[in-house]
Amino acid sequence: MAGMFNSSVGRKFAMALSAFFLMLFLVMHVSINFTSVFSADLFNEMSHFMGTNPVVQGLMQPILIFGVVFHFVMGFILEAKNKSARGVSYAKNVAKDNSTWMSRNMLLSGVVILAFLGLHFYDFWVHEMTIKYVEGDMSGLINPDNAESGFRYYEELREKFVSPVRVGIYIVAFVLLALHLLHGFNSAFQSVGANNKYTKALTGFSKVYSIGIPALFIFIALFHHFTH
Amino acid sequence: MKLLLKIWRQKNAEDKGGIVEYPVDNVSPDMSFLEMLDVLNQDLIEKGEEPVAFDHDCREGICGTCSLYINGRAHGPDTRITVCQLHMRSFNDGDTIYIEPWRAEAFPVIKDLVVDRSAFDRIQQAGGFISVNTSGNTQDANAIPIEKENADKAFDAATCIGCGACVATCKNSSAMLFVSAKVSQFALLPQGQVEAHDRVLNMVKQMDEEGFGNCTNTGACEVECPKGISLENIARMNREFIAASIKG
Repeated sequence: MAGMFNSSVGRKFAMALSAFFLMLFLVMHVSINFTSVFSADLFNEMSHFMGTNPVVQGLMQPILIFGVVFHFVMGFILEAKNKSARGVSYAKNVAKDNSTWMSRNMLLSGVVILAFLGLHFYDFWVHEMTIKYVEGDMSGLINPDNAESGFRYYEELREKFVSPVRVGIYIVAFVLLALHLLHGFNSAFQSVGANNKYTKALTGFSKVYSIGIPALFIFIALFHHFTH
Repeated sequence: MKLLLKIWRQKNAEDKGGIVEYPVDNVSPDMSFLEMLDVLNQDLIEKGEEPVAFDHDCREGICGTCSLYINGRAHGPDTRITVCQLHMRSFNDGDTIYIEPWRAEAFPVIKDLVVDRSAFDRIQQAGGFISVNTSGNTQDANAIPIEKENADKAFDAATCIGCGACVATCKNSSAMLFVSAKVSQFALLPQGQVEAHDRVLNMVKQMDEEGFGNCTNTGACEVECPKGISLENIARMNREFIAASIKG
């Protein structure tokens, strides 16, 4: 079985498993973020739980980081192998006649998402890690010396979306994520061997998921930008 | 019809090669594409020039020998046909037509438009067969009941002619559609079950060793395949491979 991941089929299988994991994570992430639209308190409570729970922080967070890194590294490895499989390009090639733009540009959309993740990590993750583990403030309060000051998460979230440039970057990144998912969702199922009588229904669901999840993220960013 | 042909010319495997332009006149719309090339070659021979080398054999769309990338499409602009079934009426007077060989590191150019597709032979030899006792006691295949749906799918997979259009059209030069068709045609039948695990493991291993790329599920291979081999076969091969790898 160890040799499985040295094969082209095995690597695609591993890529698909990491994709399933990340797609599930996106559902959880957008669900928590969406609470900020209708309840600052609920968003604060959930953020504090996720940010201080030892299982989430000590187990789930490292798994998530591994999943993200694995997905990107494997993507680059597969792309390098694919590039080397065709040394000379065609003088004329009309790929648009037989495949979608999304399917041919997964690396491009992936790299844009990777660049966005850099900004996202800087905005939220590095900020959180610094407060909690460098400054040692695990309270989650706006003023750690004042228990009545309330949690800081909601205010920090809204502060991030004041800048129209940052909101614009978020929108571009999530449009690219939608394009990435529009091919990646079904592709992951194909890679694990699931292409059967349910595939047609799955294709319909994949469109709802691939457009719906990024659209919700964009809506949340715009909501906080215009209501701040 | 008057056409401008832009044809890849390459003296041998070591030559760098390049596109050479050939204006052609008096092309009949009823000619097949290969007949048009025959006429061009006749002219070149009469002028004392080297004719364009290209692969062809049955000219009936069943042998899988012809292999041209025409105007950016494997086997040309029409669907579900090979080059030998393509006719000049698919083009317009005054058109410029690019004619190139299959592009893949695993299919090196031998000369002009002829590529070496022996990588497919080696993949087949790695497991694309069933071992049958030919002592005279072999059970009649027709005596074994097979579900109609599986028999149809196995037959569909077996219609793959191994032309290599899937590799040529895939942006990764992946051979997954070909290999999966050869795996599926046996995996779906009881006769193929005995060696199923070894077959898929050995054929995928050989495919990787030949230097084909990974499948990124663009579906271009299915669109350009002259026999319409379905992507379902790739999913089946993936299942077979994962199951065989886990069982060891």
